[in-house]
Amino acid sequence: MNHFPILSFTIFVPLLGALALTLLPNLNEKALKQVGLYLSLSTLLFVVLLLRQFDPTQSGYAITEKYAWIPSLKVNFSLGLDGISLLLIGLTALISPLCILTLPKTNTNSRLYILLFLILQSAALGVFLTLDFIPWFLFWELSLVPSYFLIKLWGGSNAAKAAYQFVIYTMGGSAFMLLAFAGIYFKTGTFNFVELTELAKSGGLTLSLASLGHTWTVIVFLGVFIGLAVKVPLYPFHTWLPLAYSEAPTGASIFMTAVMSKMGVYGFIRILWPLFPTLLHRASGFLVWLALAGVVLGAFAAIRQTDIKRMLGYSSINHLSYCLLALFSISSITPESAMGYAPITAAFAGLLLQLFNHGLSAAALFYCVGFIESQLSTRSITEIGGIRKVAPRLAGFSGVALFCSLGLPGLSGFIGEFLIFKGVWGIHPIISTIACLGLFATAYFLLTFWQNVFHGATTENVKSTLKDFTASDVLTLAPITLLMILLGILPSILIQLFNPLIQHWASSLVLP
Amino acid sequence: MNALPCTIYLSFTGALLTLLIGKRSALGARIVALATALLGLEITLSAALSYIPNPHGLTTLVNTPWISQLGIHYYLAVDGISLTLLILTGLATTAGILFSWNIEERVGEFFALYLVLIGGVYGVFMSADVFLFFVFYEIAIVPKYFLVAIWGSKNKEYGAMKLVLYSFVGSSLVLAGLIWTYAASGASSFGLPDLIQASSHLTHIQHIEIFGLIFFGFATLAGLFPLHTWAPTGHVAAPTAASMLLAGVVMKLGAYGCLRVALPLFPQAIDFWQPIIACLAVLGIIYAGLIALIQEDFKYVIGYSSVSHMGFVILGLISCNLKSLSGAVLQMFSHGIIAGLLFAVVGRMVYERTHTRNLNELKTMGLGKRLPFVACVFVIAGLASMGMPAFSGFPAELTILIGTWKVSAVWATAAAVGILISAAFTLRAIQLAFFSEAKSVTSANTHAFAPITLPEKLGSILLIGTTLIIGLKPDLLFNLINPALQSPYFENIIKGVTS
Repeated sequence: MNHFPILSFTIFVPLLGALALTLLPNLNEKALKQVGLYLSLSTLLFVVLLLRQFDPTQSGYAITEKYAWIPSLKVNFSLGLDGISLLLIGLTALISPLCILTLPKTNTNSRLYILLFLILQSAALGVFLTLDFIPWFLFWELSLVPSYFLIKLWGGSNAAKAAYQFVIYTMGGSAFMLLAFAGIYFKTGTFNFVELTELAKSGGLTLSLASLGHTWTVIVFLGVFIGLAVKVPLYPFHTWLPLAYSEAPTGASIFMTAVMSKMGVYGFIRILWPLFPTLLHRASGFLVWLALAGVVLGAFAAIRQTDIKRMLGYSSINHLSYCLLALFSISSITPESAMGYAPITAAFAGLLLQLFNHGLSAAALFYCVGFIESQLSTRSITEIGGIRKVAPRLAGFSGVALFCSLGLPGLSGFIGEFLIFKGVWGIHPIISTIACLGLFATAYFLLTFWQNVFHGATTENVKSTLKDFTASDVLTLAPITLLMILLGILPSILIQLFNPLIQHWASSLVLP
Repeated sequence: MNALPCTIYLSFTGALLTLLIGKRSALGARIVALATALLGLEITLSAALSYIPNPHGLTTLVNTPWISQLGIHYYLAVDGISLTLLILTGLATTAGILFSWNIEERVGEFFALYLVLIGGVYGVFMSADVFLFFVFYEIAIVPKYFLVAIWGSKNKEYGAMKLVLYSFVGSSLVLAGLIWTYAASGASSFGLPDLIQASSHLTHIQHIEIFGLIFFGFATLAGLFPLHTWAPTGHVAAPTAASMLLAGVVMKLGAYGCLRVALPLFPQAIDFWQPIIACLAVLGIIYAGLIALIQEDFKYVIGYSSVSHMGFVILGLISCNLKSLSGAVLQMFSHGIIAGLLFAVVGRMVYERTHTRNLNELKTMGLGKRLPFVACVFVIAGLASMGMPAFSGFPAELTILIGTWKVSAVWATAAAVGILISAAFTLRAIQLAFFSEAKSVTSANTHAFAPITLPEKLGSILLIGTTLIIGLKPDLLFNLINPALQSPYFENIIKGVTS
């Protein structure tokens, strides 16, 4: 292992860059945007470096760093990278520069806009890489501050309410998570996820929490659960989402759906599941139904929307609920059920692929919709039509993202959803059947959207004011669009990153 | 280390000097006051840096007989806890003077009273003789009245009177309790170590009764629900520097009294009082938070938020274990800094420019764009006050939560709800005051605001820097606080609870 603290650098370069940006003298708009973009792209460089060092077959965390932080509370700043975190920091590295490029042209305070996105980027990277609750929580909460201001200051007409609701919901979740971890610390004396996972495996964690009494053990579990569920969000904790996504400026919507929602799912995989396997297992029988409700109701709610951003918001709930459906299905397996590895690994691989692919397709969709909104000043599906004729490039990119999100074979979205269905089918055939309803509804609303907005008669406003993607828009979206196609054909590029990990995980769940 | 008592004498000398110079030159008085404050800060900081924790508890600085017939000594001693609060006093004083740089009316007297108050506060944090403790405590109360009644704003006479009446009622309870203890226990002196030994001879019932008197007496000043009502009114009526000191330091006098006197003297009473006081503390956290959520007056929001945050201190104190007590002391420090900053923004930086504190009026002014520095400071202070990680409030509230879990999961849960409420009211204030759409900007309120002055910037940076440094490196203070709590002085109250 080399001594270059690459993980810390990955996290802190954007953050320190953001601070440096405040001190820079007055730059013109263009230079500012460039500096911000380079700082943001630094993560991509680090991801490439990490990919070269990373050995997927190694069990546990391939690259770790650890520094003492608050010795009196035994808090360390400990970082670790495995296949799952690598996947997600890869996603963050791809999405963040895109967000900076969404800087509105008529912006009065570009410096702040870029600064907030750089902080957001660092926060997300921190969440995906830290292995100790205190620094993890720091980054988790840090992500709220820039999102709040991005929504509040650059959002639509109802932004104040959206921002307030978003922060209060998430802070509400966080307060209970903090309470739960205070309880865990009081019983175990550690905040470290790895140590707590070991404790949970040996049964020590259950034993120490048992002295709190059963009710309080459950409350500790629920505290962590709610904190994460609000962020994803899991039905019925989703009510803040449609308003926040639709009022937020394009860049913020992209980051929230593509990266921040993944923080919640990541928390489920990294924290809740390893720490409370028994309780999660017991709750899973019920939770799969909640996830299913997210899949089905999210899709049906999306059908009813006339605001395209709200529609995409509900579609995000729908897509992320697939991930949770897979997760809760796996955790509901009893070791005695004598099930093979196959459904588990399929569902798990599908879950991780879906995380990555949803990030790509949702980001591209929000970019396109944001582009349309900024030109036409409307988000109403009924007032827009026939874009394909006026703006073929815009329609082309939207089409790829849309069909990717729909799960068309050949594009990256397909393989994730397919594996999830394959896995869940093997575990809960009935639920998987009902989830198909959601799949149809998704297809229905995405196709209706496609039909209404891009085909049909060209409306007056489209004809008169809409311009097509410029070269810079094309360049912005080209990388992730190419990735959607590439990963649709060769999903193994991603799967090999985490395959040994999920094999290992599956074998620990099923008795030989 | 040995220079510490000088902070008291320096403050009193400084008070005299400002009074004399203030008649001729306002600037001179300001400079003398600032120099006094900075010197005090320097002394406390260098003492803290060179301090080696004393395993026996208090390190004696001065101990000479004063009224020997009654066993009263001029006895000053410190440990890590007093040092923490002395540093807080130094910082809050300096910031307070920077934020009252613009006071024009009777400058000399203002700073003289201010420094007398500070001298009293320094004295309380160093006293190891309860009688002396009480004397300094009273010295700190009297100037408060004049500061509020003369330089205050809306309802100043009422606010000042309420503040002082509550304080006096509180301190008379304390005095009664102390005399009772002295008489009943047959202690040889008023020195704290002596009293602790002697009080163990008291009966269990006496423990419970006297603890009740002394604890509630001190807790009045700490803003314990339902004795807190002086706090919001007093904070609002007071001039900025005084509200900064009231919320930042004077409320801590009460909490410090509970920790230094009430708890160690009557450990047998804790079991009886714990559920009652913890319940009141939790009620205070939630009630004050909810009240703050509906205030129209910006300063009342901050006033009630102080009561809510002090509820955490009391909860930590009465939970009586190493984690909760260290959290409580850190919260005293942290709240002192953060409340000071919040009052500075509201009372000084905003009010001096807008001449209103009504959130509905501020809403229309678009302050976020017109006073970006102030907005930025308030956002940072608000985040710190919400308990965001990386600021000092977070480690404090976290350790209190951990400590409270040891006693009762119910209180811990209620406190977590309190954290959420404090996020809600802080966010509401930020949103209303700074980031509302300025739709109805009329010509009357578009005049340019006076630019932010240098003292205001320095004061903000000082306080923000402190809360960030302690938030990122809480061990700087935990390493002072924890050894003190593990010393024999506190062993009776922490006994039986493992770390």
